[in-house]
Amino acid sequence: MAFDNVSAKSFKVVGTRPERPDGIEKVTGQARFGADAYLPGMLHGAILRSPHAHAKILSIDISALENDKSVKAVVTRNDFECNLTGEDWNILENIMAGEKALYDGHAIAAVACSSLLEAKDALKKIIVQYEILPHVTDVEEAMKENAPVIREGSARSSVPKGMHPNIVGYHESGHGDVEAGFKEADLILEENFRTEAAHQGYIEPHACLATMMPDGKGEVWCCTQGHFNVAKVCAKLLGSDASQIRVTASEIGGGFGGKTAVFIEPVALALSKKATHPVKIVMSRNEIFRATGPTSSTSMHVKIGMKKNGKITAAEGTFKLQGGAFPGSPMAESAMCAFAPYELDNVRSVGWDVMCNRPKQAAYRAPGSPMAAFAVESIIDEFCKRLKLDPIEVRLINAVTEGSKSSYGPKFQRIGLVETLEAAKSHPHYAAPIERGVGRGISCGFWFNFGGETCVSLALSEDGTASLSVGTPDIGGSRASMSQIVSEELNIPYEKVRATVADTATLGYNEISHGSRVTFATGLATIKAAQDMKKKLCLRAAKVWGLDEEAVYWEEGYVKPAGPNAGDHEPLSIADIAKTMGRTGGPIVGHYEASPEGAGVSFATHIVDAKVDKETGFTSIERYTVIQDAGKAIHPSYVEGQFQGGAAQGIGWALNEEYIYDKKGILQNAGFLDYRIPVASDLPKIDTEIIEVPNPGHPYGVRGVGETSICPPLAAIANAVSSSAGIRMKQLPMSPPKILEAMDDNNG
Amino acid sequence: MKYEAPETIDQAIDIYSKFNGSKKILAGGTDVLVQLRTDIVRPEMVMNIKKINSLHEFCIVDGYWKIGAAVSASKITKNTAFISEWPGIAEGVGLIGSTQIQNRATLVGNLSNASPAADGIPALVAANAKVEIVGQQGSRVKDVYSLIEGPGKLHLSKDEFITHILIPLQRDRSADCYLRFIPRTEMDIAVVGCGVNLSVKNQSISSAKIVLGAVGPKVIFADEAAELVLNSRLDKDVILKLQRMCEEIATPISDKRGSIRFRRQVAGVLAKRALQKAYARALEVS
Repeated sequence: MAFDNVSAKSFKVVGTRPERPDGIEKVTGQARFGADAYLPGMLHGAILRSPHAHAKILSIDISALENDKSVKAVVTRNDFECNLTGEDWNILENIMAGEKALYDGHAIAAVACSSLLEAKDALKKIIVQYEILPHVTDVEEAMKENAPVIREGSARSSVPKGMHPNIVGYHESGHGDVEAGFKEADLILEENFRTEAAHQGYIEPHACLATMMPDGKGEVWCCTQGHFNVAKVCAKLLGSDASQIRVTASEIGGGFGGKTAVFIEPVALALSKKATHPVKIVMSRNEIFRATGPTSSTSMHVKIGMKKNGKITAAEGTFKLQGGAFPGSPMAESAMCAFAPYELDNVRSVGWDVMCNRPKQAAYRAPGSPMAAFAVESIIDEFCKRLKLDPIEVRLINAVTEGSKSSYGPKFQRIGLVETLEAAKSHPHYAAPIERGVGRGISCGFWFNFGGETCVSLALSEDGTASLSVGTPDIGGSRASMSQIVSEELNIPYEKVRATVADTATLGYNEISHGSRVTFATGLATIKAAQDMKKKLCLRAAKVWGLDEEAVYWEEGYVKPAGPNAGDHEPLSIADIAKTMGRTGGPIVGHYEASPEGAGVSFATHIVDAKVDKETGFTSIERYTVIQDAGKAIHPSYVEGQFQGGAAQGIGWALNEEYIYDKKGILQNAGFLDYRIPVASDLPKIDTEIIEVPNPGHPYGVRGVGETSICPPLAAIANAVSSSAGIRMKQLPMSPPKILEAMDDNNG
Repeated sequence: MKYEAPETIDQAIDIYSKFNGSKKILAGGTDVLVQLRTDIVRPEMVMNIKKINSLHEFCIVDGYWKIGAAVSASKITKNTAFISEWPGIAEGVGLIGSTQIQNRATLVGNLSNASPAADGIPALVAANAKVEIVGQQGSRVKDVYSLIEGPGKLHLSKDEFITHILIPLQRDRSADCYLRFIPRTEMDIAVVGCGVNLSVKNQSISSAKIVLGAVGPKVIFADEAAELVLNSRLDKDVILKLQRMCEEIATPISDKRGSIRFRRQVAGVLAKRALQKAYARALEVS
């Protein structure tokens, strides 16, 4: 029997909305998050951080701690591996400064004490001598000739010779002849856009509990999107073996990309190694804002040419992203996603990766794409206003479809952009009259998807139930959707499957839960593991019946003899086979391990109504609709949750969230009081519509859905606000002071 | 750190006045506990006053609404008799933090924290509220406005603390209002606040107090603006002038929460809106 390509065509469980398996623990407060672990003899770690944006560290004097009995361990950079290169070195340099403090909040030293209060007091006794250096926090300023140099020699080979050392990456993509395209245009519009850094704003702080024994065996409990990566990074930074450091992922209170990075786990391990006690570190919100990664701030220039009928003739964009004091800003993603929704004969995108005295940027939900969409979709909106065209029609005229050459290179397979636009056009929101003073904005958005290393194990229990071990932390409901998949494949009830996020010692390497990959890749792995199990069940039944493998087949939860020649055997259920498996050949376990190919990209269209109070600049979001292609929604409630979550975070980013630095490069709003993520009452009910255009690369047609939902909001909201305020907003966030300022400037 | 929880006001006076080190009074704890946690304060003694019965008083005594220092914000926002008399003060209290915070936070705590942006203060000042203070020398009464020295500072001796807020009964044909501006809808700190208390006679304003918050080190009386609206029915030209006057009288700083220009502009807008709302309320009760 060939099981490889067998998959359900009509679903029984996939597409339904069963109860989440982690619900009771979470609503009763019993779920164990990063800070909820305790061990006998546990110490508390605390980290000393730079009060300067850019400074040479002349000396770190810890002599005051040497006779302090409350202090069990002190670590500085000297306690970590010294021969690292590339990204390993970057991570170490970021979590514990070497020769220079590179941003306000950069870690300098750490201590472990019996109580957190003692640890905080011990930090005050460490004397650090700094030589303050000139700093730069603005992306444009950092590229200028006289800008302070963050670090020489960080530029990748893609950067043209003779550029400032802060410019560390260059990307170029596109095709056709842009200049010729602009000549064909009836109208050309070009504009500069700026966006500020926004933090992922997960409510749970980074937290870990780590033990490192003198023999080199380590244990880590932490909240992370990728515990296998934590093990790998910790091993490198401490000069240990990845297999000696066993990492268990806790429940996670939000990550949104920000918990793909490693910050405190190697520090806790280093402290534990010295103290020979377990060490717990929990970051404060202040530390999270100052020293974990927000996304990049940007400066962008976009130029588009259009015919009177709405057809784009050429498009060009430059995307400058600062990624903090390290290379790695998602400028290539900005450049690649910017024009991805449109079929263009002539397109050119350029990206610049720039270093500043800010924390190392970390992934944030579709890194790079939302800002680029803000710039491009704002200009398209302006075209619609000037040429009196319908914003959905213009996007339909230019929309990419199956076979279109993408702006970043490859040809698209089956995709669902047009379907989202058609759904938007016929949505009641789009037909609803626009009230006086309200502006309506539309935007499309695009994001990739990918597979990555994935390994799962599906074990059959004696009672016929199934236990699935996955290696991808559940950040968006994957335990529910994976259980649905097992249930679908094996024909056993959803409640009879338990999915667990296994630790790093239990499974092969699993890539981080990022890039919207889990439902696609772990989902595919789970289908394959279930199929592997079905094959083994058939083999076992065949063995019991004394038949060849070919003489049996699987149907709806039973192994049956293939025909009259196979004999008159009663079909065996999973439960029947499980009951006796110990005697008929031992445990039955399905496996899958690979780096799956075939990920399918996804598109979304958002509709927003916003109303600006022209006297105060206050914006209220009156109505919001998300329409997105999910390929196939395994658990539609979670998919809708992802759609709404992206929109909610986009509303915050568009309206109020920003990193505010003073003249000395010190972050002014390192807390939730002045870093304003939306509160519940700031948000309207966010309507969702799931479009299902199957991804040909997945047995069920799944596409990643977690990130695309944050790509259109910045632009859609900016278009709505601009329309309501009567002025084009070209800078984010569109906070009340900035809106009033823009309106004043326009009038004056 | 020493923790005290006296059960009578005399015990409290004794403990508090005799302790010479750094000390904090704990009522709701919504400021103090946060400050402790973030290491902003580390007092040598914390005195919990919630066990003192008299500080839970919330009633009318001798022509004043008397609100004890341990009365939670939600007790105030749920007292219908009080709200109908002082809707503006209740509005201010109802804007502090969130529902959960208001179940613990106190108005006296909001006043004692003396933030320039306190939502509880402008309407109290506009209502000419007073506080009862106790200390080694006995008790005294002081009006809220002159009690405030500046950001985080009250005119209190080291041995003194506030036991009650005293709010005069509202006059006939009068009403108050408090509005604040924040970039979000709740759980935020005032960028500008404005409390108004006014009376009407024959549909014209016969007396008015306008108090601006968060645009100076302490609340600001917009007396000239208040004079301007006297005998008016808030016609368009009066409103326009009032708005300009409030913009000018404001002395805000530029910071992460807003620029000088923005805060002045919004101070004018809020004064206008608060005045209009208080006026409409006063007409309703006339």
